[in-house]
Amino acid sequence: MKSEHHPSPEATGFFHQIFRSIFPDPLIPKSDQERRRYLLKNLILHFRPPTVPEKTLKFSLTWGLGGMAAVLVLLQFGTGLLLKFVYVPTPLDAYTSILALNNEVMFGQLIRNIHHWCANFLVLIVFLHMLRVFFTGAFHPPRQFNWIIGLGLFGLVLTANLTGYLLPYDQLAYWAVTVSTGMLEYIPFIGNRLQDIIQGGHEIGPATLSIFFAFHTAVIPLVLIALMAFHFWRTRKAGGLVIPRTPEEEIEEKPVRVTTLPHLLLREVVVALVLIAFVMVVSVFFDVSLGGSANPGLSPNPTKAPWYFAGPQELLLHLHPLFAVFVIPLILIIALMGIPYLKYDTNTEGVWFASVKGRRITLISAIVAIVATLMGIVVNEYLFDVVIGLHGVPPIIGNGLIPFALIFLGCSGFYILIKHRYSATNNEAVQALFVLILFVFLILTITGIWFRGPGMKLTWPF
Amino acid sequence: MSKPKKRHNMSETEQIPSRRSFLSILWISLGFVALIEFIGIVAAFLLPRKKMVKTGGFGAIMDVGPADKFPKESVTAFIRGKFYLCRLEDGGFLAVSRKCTHLGCTVPWSDKEKRFVCPCHASAFDIRGEVISPPAPRALDVYHLYIENNIVKVDAGKRIKRSGFNIDQVVYVKKTS
Repeated sequence: MKSEHHPSPEATGFFHQIFRSIFPDPLIPKSDQERRRYLLKNLILHFRPPTVPEKTLKFSLTWGLGGMAAVLVLLQFGTGLLLKFVYVPTPLDAYTSILALNNEVMFGQLIRNIHHWCANFLVLIVFLHMLRVFFTGAFHPPRQFNWIIGLGLFGLVLTANLTGYLLPYDQLAYWAVTVSTGMLEYIPFIGNRLQDIIQGGHEIGPATLSIFFAFHTAVIPLVLIALMAFHFWRTRKAGGLVIPRTPEEEIEEKPVRVTTLPHLLLREVVVALVLIAFVMVVSVFFDVSLGGSANPGLSPNPTKAPWYFAGPQELLLHLHPLFAVFVIPLILIIALMGIPYLKYDTNTEGVWFASVKGRRITLISAIVAIVATLMGIVVNEYLFDVVIGLHGVPPIIGNGLIPFALIFLGCSGFYILIKHRYSATNNEAVQALFVLILFVFLILTITGIWFRGPGMKLTWPF
Repeated sequence: MSKPKKRHNMSETEQIPSRRSFLSILWISLGFVALIEFIGIVAAFLLPRKKMVKTGGFGAIMDVGPADKFPKESVTAFIRGKFYLCRLEDGGFLAVSRKCTHLGCTVPWSDKEKRFVCPCHASAFDIRGEVISPPAPRALDVYHLYIENNIVKVDAGKRIKRSGFNIDQVVYVKKTS
């Protein structure tokens, strides 16, 4: 048996020996046992478990989202590495180096397109992945901490996008980053100091570009790699993914397992190839625009944040910045991190939307959120100034504390209502609150992207 | 035989570990001190340099021009100084910062609407820099301005934060000559 895997040196030639020293095992495993061995011995593949529960292979459990995110990150590493050969990180040269990339470098525009579109897809895919994990209850023990790592990864992806946004140094870049770093000023006590550190001074300039470049091309990729490895490893240690089940079924103690190679890997490769093909098609047909060179004296009208920050920007239009920038995001981050550590009535892992009732409550929450947010936006747009004028209260109260208190009371009231009206378990009630906030955020984002025109006034997108 | 041996063992287990644990605590705390030092070095390295955070000083004073050049109720942009020279209805001067107090966008003056309107989040300010429409939390900053021999001068290095408009901020031409 042993001689099959390690042929004796005298039986083979010199080059064969070298080959075997690099690849001690057969390149194409033939039996299930060999496949398991192969997986464990391969550096990259050993992040995956040798076997997985058969039911977790179902596409409608994961939608391939986690794998897609990993593929997009790899594409980002590849294209980012290439871009680094052309890009010059100084305010005077950055813009012209991007022009050269677009016009003089062979496939320069294509590589930039791929990098840009992957970055955008990545935000979307990671977000959807988070929703999938939440709605299948895949944050109950032993997966609690992996949810936190996932949030960290989401934060990193957003930071990577934001830092990358400045690099072309066009008008879009300059003003989006002015606004984003301007938000830091409203963090109590340390805000001004933090802003100076991140901008490398009082204003955006050469130091800011150096700092963002260092973060974008070194710090974030390193941390991302480490956290991704941690994330995958914790998934493996949890015994794979949650096993999908209907609300009536119990959690399976001893699920049927199949070998990862080929069953899981084959599916992953298919998803990866389809995704890469899609990215290529988008990148060939849709060129990324480059605005005019950055001009600190002229903010374009309207100055819009990138779409994934359109929600927060919309919130900034309505609320005092202390609440829009600091209080509400802080509460949301703490709430998101707290999700796996709440005490739940039942373990709903593997059940979409926790239960049959949970599905109905989800729908109700979504409708409530949509109606309330739309009303809020319209009322605020046309009546708010009048209210401010009438009472003459300081903005931090009239524009901050009062609306914040209303939102807080609304959310708490909604939670209590759902709990009593539908005699819901706290799994379902927490989910209802999550859906409520999710849809408020979605409506704000959609409004910010499509329904804001010059002067940030409400308009139709067509 | 067994009793004294046991007692001996006990005293040994009490004494030696305490010395050992003292040493290991010492090592661990030294390790922490080293770690804090390294973090301190990294933090100090990353802090913005003094030169970057300069606030005006010599050479920041700009001669803006003779006071008569600016009509009443007019706003003139000075790109190099990053401010607008506003002349109010009553002839008083005010050097208003172009930086929106909300999130730092540059606010353009609209002559038609007679107000500064921020293109980023729709804040609006009147000619004195006062907030007409939120979300901006306070009035536009002003620069130190004075008039010498009928020439308006602005210290573009000294931006002054203010919560609202105050008549003391306005500078008038002295009727002497």
